[in-house]
Amino acid sequence: MSAAEHLLVASATSVPLSQRGPAPTRVVAGFGFWLFLLSDIVIFGALFAAYSVLSGETAGGPSGVDLFDHKHVFIETLCLLASSVTCGFGTLAVQRAEAASVYFWMAVTFLLGGTFLALELGEFRDMLARGAGPSHSAFLSAFFTLVGTHGLHVTIGLCWLIVMLMQVATLGFRPMVARRFFCFGLFWHALDIVWVGVFTIVYLGAR
Amino acid sequence: MFGRLSWAAIPFDVPIVMITAATVGTVLAAVLLLVTVKGWWPYLWREWITSVDHKRIGVMYMILGLLMLVRGFADALMMRTQLALAANGAMGYLPPEHYDQIFSAHGTIMIFFVAMPFVIGLMNFALPLQLGVRDVAFPVLNSVSFWLTAAGVLLVNLSLVVGEFSRAGWLAYPPLSELAYSPGVGVDYYLWALQISGMGTLLSGVNLTTTILKLRAPGMGYGRMPVFCWTALASNLLIVAAFPILTATFAMLLLDRYCGFHFFTNELGGNPMMYVNLIWIWGHPEVYILILPAFGVFSEVIATFSGKPLFGYRSMVMATMAICMLSFLVWLHHFFTMGAGADVNGFFGIATMIIAVPTGVKIFNWLFTLYGGKIRFTVPIYWALGFMATFVIGGMTGVMLAIPPADFVLHNSLFLIAHFHNVIIGGVVFGVMAGYTYWFPKAFGFKLNETLGKAVFWCWCIGFYLAFVPLYALGLMGATRRMQHYTDPQWLPLMQVALVGALLIFCGIILTAVQLAVSIRARHRNRDLTGDPWNGRTLEWSTPSPPPAWNFALLPQVARTDAFWAAKHNPEETKRLMAQRNYESLHIPRNNPTGFFVAFFSFILGFALIWRIWWLAVVGLLGLVVVGLMQAWRTDGEVHVSVDEVAAADRPYPLEARAA
Amino acid sequence: MTPIKLGRLSRHASTCALVCLMLASCSEGPLDPQGPVDKAERLILLDATAIMLAVGIPVILLTFCFAWWFRSGNRRAQYRPDWEYSGRIEMIVWSIPALVILFLGGIAWIGSHDLDPPAALKSSAAPVEVQVVSVDWRWIFIYPQQGIASVDRLTVPAGVPIHFRLTSTSVMNSFFIPQLGSQIYTMPGMATQLNLLADHPGTYPGLSAQFSGDGFSDMRFDVVAASAAQFQSWVDATHAAGGVLDRPTFEQLARPSSEHTVRTYGEVTTGLFDSIVAAHVGMTHAAAQE
Repeated sequence: MSAAEHLLVASATSVPLSQRGPAPTRVVAGFGFWLFLLSDIVIFGALFAAYSVLSGETAGGPSGVDLFDHKHVFIETLCLLASSVTCGFGTLAVQRAEAASVYFWMAVTFLLGGTFLALELGEFRDMLARGAGPSHSAFLSAFFTLVGTHGLHVTIGLCWLIVMLMQVATLGFRPMVARRFFCFGLFWHALDIVWVGVFTIVYLGAR
Repeated sequence: MFGRLSWAAIPFDVPIVMITAATVGTVLAAVLLLVTVKGWWPYLWREWITSVDHKRIGVMYMILGLLMLVRGFADALMMRTQLALAANGAMGYLPPEHYDQIFSAHGTIMIFFVAMPFVIGLMNFALPLQLGVRDVAFPVLNSVSFWLTAAGVLLVNLSLVVGEFSRAGWLAYPPLSELAYSPGVGVDYYLWALQISGMGTLLSGVNLTTTILKLRAPGMGYGRMPVFCWTALASNLLIVAAFPILTATFAMLLLDRYCGFHFFTNELGGNPMMYVNLIWIWGHPEVYILILPAFGVFSEVIATFSGKPLFGYRSMVMATMAICMLSFLVWLHHFFTMGAGADVNGFFGIATMIIAVPTGVKIFNWLFTLYGGKIRFTVPIYWALGFMATFVIGGMTGVMLAIPPADFVLHNSLFLIAHFHNVIIGGVVFGVMAGYTYWFPKAFGFKLNETLGKAVFWCWCIGFYLAFVPLYALGLMGATRRMQHYTDPQWLPLMQVALVGALLIFCGIILTAVQLAVSIRARHRNRDLTGDPWNGRTLEWSTPSPPPAWNFALLPQVARTDAFWAAKHNPEETKRLMAQRNYESLHIPRNNPTGFFVAFFSFILGFALIWRIWWLAVVGLLGLVVVGLMQAWRTDGEVHVSVDEVAAADRPYPLEARAA
Repeated sequence: MTPIKLGRLSRHASTCALVCLMLASCSEGPLDPQGPVDKAERLILLDATAIMLAVGIPVILLTFCFAWWFRSGNRRAQYRPDWEYSGRIEMIVWSIPALVILFLGGIAWIGSHDLDPPAALKSSAAPVEVQVVSVDWRWIFIYPQQGIASVDRLTVPAGVPIHFRLTSTSVMNSFFIPQLGSQIYTMPGMATQLNLLADHPGTYPGLSAQFSGDGFSDMRFDVVAASAAQFQSWVDATHAAGGVLDRPTFEQLARPSSEHTVRTYGEVTTGLFDSIVAAHVGMTHAAAQE
């Protein structure tokens, strides 16, 4: 029997999943990327830990309560969470191979993500202008690094999105492109989860 | 234009460095000349540099590890010599500025550029073969991982001639590693080399975990995997969970050094103790990342050469996964003396001891694998027996150190040095040497010379005891680590014995090279014609030596552990495993230069950042983006292999003939 | 090479180890305790070693015995190619390490509490306070009760508990007197605590056990334990000799240097140690290289 036939027989006769032989490429790619995302979240974990330890070390300078604007953060959060929804619609469009829908939803995702970034960069710029830059205290170092790393990931995500749209335009919806969109979706949603952690611990938890 | 780089960066006034650089440079030039004259570049580029075959990549990791072993060991010899000379107020021949770089380089190289490549190399080579599949989950990523490690190697070695290396020890504790106390480029070389190779290692962890969990031969459920695959799984899970912490911590230190942040500085709220915690939360799992695959090698070797299955498969697996999880709960035992208090110290002391339980279980299971066996005294079994004795001693001293009040007088002493060399050499090095000898015939098609192999073992074994038992004594006499000189004359004879031990180990390393040369010369006599030179138990021995790029003509259908052994002794199994030889055509991954170029531009980026040459850093970054985009648009990633090619590679090795 | 030769070799090895250990006891290290803290710690060390060896040595011997007996050439040995599990052996194999670890874990917990560095020592004598500052690359000892200070030599009364408070100005160090017992890290901006006691008068070596830079190997100091009378006369002599350790003098001392003259100060600014902890004064190594 060929490998494909083996697989068919296996699933039909309820052979346990662990014994059905090598998994299909889509599953392998998705699982591998998910593992990579977990490792990325561990990086954030270390940054969260550092922030927790250093959040009180303001060295006589401003603390979170003095600096954070909750309205501003609320709008940022709305943008990012909305972008996850639109990304979801875009992913569905990829599965249906509807190019026009893909371009539309992913463009909206890009705009929402870009707005989030612009707002965040604005916040950083304001803090720098007020003399509350990252080199002024351990608390500020930890804040800029944690939030900045998340922002860096969003930036990379936006660049990746552009590349993915170019891939759709040039290569169509072949399996390789579909797999990568799936991974992009995982990445974008994971950034949302990290952001929930950020605004809870950093912004809402500011003392 | 060139940042901080200038001619002053080259240490023209340090003869040792200049002579080393001249020698290495000459050898390198000679090798490159030879390759060019002989016209080997196309072959090397096609078959090795751009290879995405896990077997080739595994071999390249081993070569890298071996080369860096020589470099790291040279550092060790220099340290031992210095200490054998610098007694009673004498200053030896290495001033502190150099000695401090040498011990920092020694530790960094041995852990990151010798032990890790060796262990990852063995896992790379053996895992897909043992799992009964054609390659790892992400072959191109595999190549990227290897070349990133090589880029790190290049940076560390470059620091010898251009600039300096870190003087802050192999873990670069702040505040010493902060800009205020290490203003030179040394710590930057250290940090960027490890960030780059660390990325490679992390990607390897993702790759191999996915391979083990998602790519196994049909029928190979988790309970039918070889134990080496279980230990590799545990090790790679640890890589995925722990290496990001190293990345994050080094990133914070880099931000302190480059952008004036205050994570670990003395001013404005920085907290050096946090670094110590974070780095050891990575550091302790790291040593288990190294030792678990070695344990796996021993499980394979002891079972194979006893002619019996491994005793207690299930408890071995449970012990392995227990060690995997517990390794995250013990990190504070590396700094009991930082003053965390009795409750915290007590908790971590007990947690450390609890980890000794599954480790002890493994030792007993190997013992009972030997019991009732028909033991053949091949070179791998020598390493295994040497390991069992040596590692038990190292483990015992570890449990002693795990008792906080005992650690209060032994922390950072030469006793500690002896302990961790005991477990790393007795465990990891012995395991790597056993795996190297064991899988060499599979990789190259001929066996290594047995007599020389045994000589190598004795040099390492006796040399180890001569080098480190005196260090246990010295630690108990109050000698601390990282001393460049000392005053107590009673310590001198012990230091001299330690030097002799180190020289003996050096003989072992030379003999390894000699063994390789002799074995290559005699390869036609020692050819492995059956693919199964050791009467093995697991699936890799059912392939030709060396296997074709696709490993298996037909994926084996597995029904139990030690599937190959079962097939050899059971004609029904043979039939099932090797079915009707209905060969099919295959697709295998095509060669890909992405890995090489990713590493090339990463090296440029790293070098530029170290010397603060910002335009060059941008070049490196752009190069990486371009290479990435080119890979993203690559659509011809596979090569077609015809039925005839598949059959031709398989036909000379009928299973029935091998079972005879 | 056979396991019998391996066995002989291991006997040679253990003789070597024993010799080394005996050498160790005759030297100025933790196996030669001169105070109650190190006595207790040495006892723990020796007890733990004995318990571990009781398990370790049989395992090593069994390894060689099994390997030798079950060698493929030995026709008398019974080959059991299918024997891979035994419930009874599994139970023993998990229990032995577990019991040993349970016992040693108890020692670890109790020992951690009894010998916790900040825990005061049981003694009828009132403790002498010493404040320790590690600079690059020297040790400064301040005696707040006596109002004096010394550099690179610690003079204490024998038989009296010494209560240390320790800090550093630049990088981490570790304050360690092997014959008196526990070491403790010194860190900038923090004050760690330690309690030690020297039973008898004598001179004992002290060092830093945490690498702190190029001058690290010279960070040695002598600990002079003197009788009560001798200690008092040393205090008086130090007062008389004069010299003031105030903030500017201290900052001068804190400049990176490998110069190691033993000196004393007859007068110390009150609260100097606390101000050092609060400000962690220190000069960067870069500045010192200029």
